[in-house]
Amino acid sequence: MNLWLAPLIVGIISSVLSALIVIVDAIVNNYGEVEIDINNGKKKLKVKGGTPLLFTLASQNIFIPSACGGRGSCGACKVKVLSDVGEYLPTELPYMSKDEIKENIRLSCQIKVKKDLKIVLPEELFNVKKLAGKVVSLRNVTHDIKEVKIKLPEEINFKAGQYVQVVIPPYEKIKQPTQRAYSIASTPSKKDEIELLIRLVPGGIATTYVHNYLKENDTLEIIGPFGDFYLRDTNADMICVAGGSGMAPIKSIIFDMYERGITNRNVWYFFGARTEKDLFYVDLFKDLEKKWDKFHFIPALSEPLEPEKWDGEVGLITDVMVKYLENVIDKDTEKEGYLCGSPGMINACEKLLNEHGVKDVYYDKFA
Amino acid sequence: MSPNINPLVLFFASIFTSNILLSNFLGMCSFISISKNLKSSNGLGMAVAMVMTVTTALNWIVEKYIIIPFQIEYLRYIIYIIVIAAVVQILEMLIDRISPNLYISLGIFLPLITVNCAILGVALFMQLRNYTLLQSVFFGLGSGLGWWLAIVLLGAIRMKVDKAPVPAPLKGVGITLITIGIMAMAFMGFAGMINVQ
Repeated sequence: MNLWLAPLIVGIISSVLSALIVIVDAIVNNYGEVEIDINNGKKKLKVKGGTPLLFTLASQNIFIPSACGGRGSCGACKVKVLSDVGEYLPTELPYMSKDEIKENIRLSCQIKVKKDLKIVLPEELFNVKKLAGKVVSLRNVTHDIKEVKIKLPEEINFKAGQYVQVVIPPYEKIKQPTQRAYSIASTPSKKDEIELLIRLVPGGIATTYVHNYLKENDTLEIIGPFGDFYLRDTNADMICVAGGSGMAPIKSIIFDMYERGITNRNVWYFFGARTEKDLFYVDLFKDLEKKWDKFHFIPALSEPLEPEKWDGEVGLITDVMVKYLENVIDKDTEKEGYLCGSPGMINACEKLLNEHGVKDVYYDKFA
Repeated sequence: MSPNINPLVLFFASIFTSNILLSNFLGMCSFISISKNLKSSNGLGMAVAMVMTVTTALNWIVEKYIIIPFQIEYLRYIIYIIVIAAVVQILEMLIDRISPNLYISLGIFLPLITVNCAILGVALFMQLRNYTLLQSVFFGLGSGLGWWLAIVLLGAIRMKVDKAPVPAPLKGVGITLITIGIMAMAFMGFAGMINVQ
């Protein structure tokens, strides 16, 4: 019997079957060109079907905030879908509340674009850009917070208080790019350079990279701006509260107000830190206080190292706030709260402000 | 010579009297590990039944028109496995397109079926016993349904056993193997009704 016959037949069978797989793949996974209609005809995109909505939109330069990069593990990329795209998938359900399910809000990284879609996106997202910035300055402002200045190749328009997603490239054991959100600390008047404050979180993928690997002149990719934490256009007095790197958006908001001449509102800025070592930008705000009579900066230490030398407030930020809200700040004026910090701090401050009659409290919660 | 058995008889026989799992003990690894959860048991059972029916028929055609004419019987195992792998791959794509929900609930099981020995076992029995194409289809479908039935039954029993006071050394796989043994004996009770080999 011919020696070559047997391998030849196995080879032929395998190739016929693989050809079959390729053909079925081309037929089954070919959804042709589909149209995505955003905000009732405001924007129409012709795209190739078959990939998840998140990536399809990203290929058209519309960036939906996503912290995990489309792996379905952060639940951030929620999008309201008006067309029927089938039942909720088990991978989506853990991130959905009952109200969201009623409104047909879906995780855009989990639903594939298979036919014409109608979706609703916030207008701000059209403003979002993906830019490769250059790190121009890296400075330790405290023992665990770094101030990172990034020069951008293009201008971006953002509102003071908004944040950008920083793309951390793979390093060491981290094999996939990671995205993390950081508030912009600089003011919107500087459109081609942004400043971020990044605190070292032990074991954190992004913060470890920034603190131990990032060098000046490195390229750092950012996507933004995002977020609905920004100055509301009212005449109410403002109670701003921040802790640690929560300084960033509040600094941006306050200096933006000063630059734009919105100095008719009373601004109380409570900044909470543990010890003197955790304080930063104090001189900056003390100077501003001198130039702007309605601005009040109240740094508070919970555990001062040298209590006799520290002339500011001592105690938990909430206790200090109670003291001011009850004794110093005018009780009858309308007030708004602007908070940034750990979820624990935000929950406590929001509760406290509500108890003191401040109904409008705005914040970004970064876990 | 093909045996003279009514395909319908063969179908019921392969579900009950000669259940591929409980009489031949094929496909045990996934049977034991997946039956922990009733819902995934159901999903895996469905997938196995589907793949088994299609591959048995396909392998019958391959056997008759390629393997026998070219006298390459010694390559039978390899060719069968290649066919099974390709069928699983195609089924996976089709299910993803037709029912994404079923696709996600089957999850990792679908590709794992490629290496489920019950599937290869049924194809080899089909060849060994000289079944006709029609008999093979019913044999494959019946064996698949039988496998599905057995894993769902075991899944349900294990839910009860979880709450039972099992002696410590027998917890987990130990008591499961004993359960399977008793189930196999129970299925042997059907043997008097139809007897097909």
